[in-house]
Amino acid sequence: MSKNTKTVIVLLVIAVLIAAIPLFALKDAEFGGSDDAGSVMIEEIEGEYTPWFTPVLETALGGELPGEVESLIFCIQTGIGVGIIAFFMGRFTERRKWQKATGLENADDRKGKQ
Amino acid sequence: MTKREKILLKAAIVFALLFAIAPTVNAMHIMEGYLPAAYCVAWGIVCLPFLVAGFISLKNKIKTNRRNLTLIAMSGAFIFVISSLKIPSVTGSCSHMTGTGLGAILFGPAAVSVLGIIVLIFQAVLLAHGGLTTLGANTFSMAVAGPLVAFGIYKLCGKLNVNRRVSVFLAAFLGDIFTYCVTSVQLALAYPSEVGGTAASAVKFLGVFAPTQLPLAVIEGILTVVIVIGLETYAVPELRNIGFLKGKEAE
Repeated sequence: MSKNTKTVIVLLVIAVLIAAIPLFALKDAEFGGSDDAGSVMIEEIEGEYTPWFTPVLETALGGELPGEVESLIFCIQTGIGVGIIAFFMGRFTERRKWQKATGLENADDRKGKQ
Repeated sequence: MTKREKILLKAAIVFALLFAIAPTVNAMHIMEGYLPAAYCVAWGIVCLPFLVAGFISLKNKIKTNRRNLTLIAMSGAFIFVISSLKIPSVTGSCSHMTGTGLGAILFGPAAVSVLGIIVLIFQAVLLAHGGLTTLGANTFSMAVAGPLVAFGIYKLCGKLNVNRRVSVFLAAFLGDIFTYCVTSVQLALAYPSEVGGTAASAVKFLGVFAPTQLPLAVIEGILTVVIVIGLETYAVPELRNIGFLKGKEAE
């Protein structure tokens, strides 16, 4: 395993731990959004507060976006992102393999530079 | 930059200055309808010059070399992924990261403002997360202020010869934290508390956002380093084209 691979694995494990530990450590917590905590704070300062504009989608739906659908859209967002990154990373990886195999390592993309 | 673009940029800056109402301090997602209309408009106008500059800078980068498009797309996609991940934090609430650090390091802060606003519009329209009225304020905190700090820190670390991975980590970490600081200040400006005014209010909002965001900012730093390692390994020609890697640095 190369040094980079090791670093990446260690870093990813740390990241997962940071995210997972609170979930197990704080069993009673609700894990609501901190954006919502913000609106609670506004009410604390202002007293009752009615937002003066409701999200377009909520107006169109006549209510809140159902939780399951919300997670669907969040998944789509993640999916779009991961798709693009994975596509290009895949191409990069194959390109390097191919360059090594054909010994064209330095025939890099300067042509594109003009 | 062509002449017309220069004029456009200058016009946007002047426009912003005229309307800036001197929001003395800079200020994540503020909920729809939670910011008074005047603030919504003001923050929107402050973002304009950055968006115009960003648009021009992206256009030029693509014009210089079409291959730059790959990394631009990847930086945008990175923001998409990272900002969609809601992660539980030590305070018992969830929050998400910004993901703007990568783009800021690779392309500079202006370019990221355009990538960031795309994500914010997506979330505001489809997810009722953030909002269209608060789009200006959210763009300023997530797509302008955060990336500016990330970019500044990265450059500073470069001058001080800090190890590149460490500087990438610091840039993304501090950029994320700063985004939430700016949000707190934005909310505080609109909702000064009765006792102590804006400052007291800012401390209250920071109290909500900061502890939640701290561990997440660490994760954001780590993920940004991971993707940079990946790019450094496999995308050397692309990184060279945008000037991120200089000649010999590559391997």
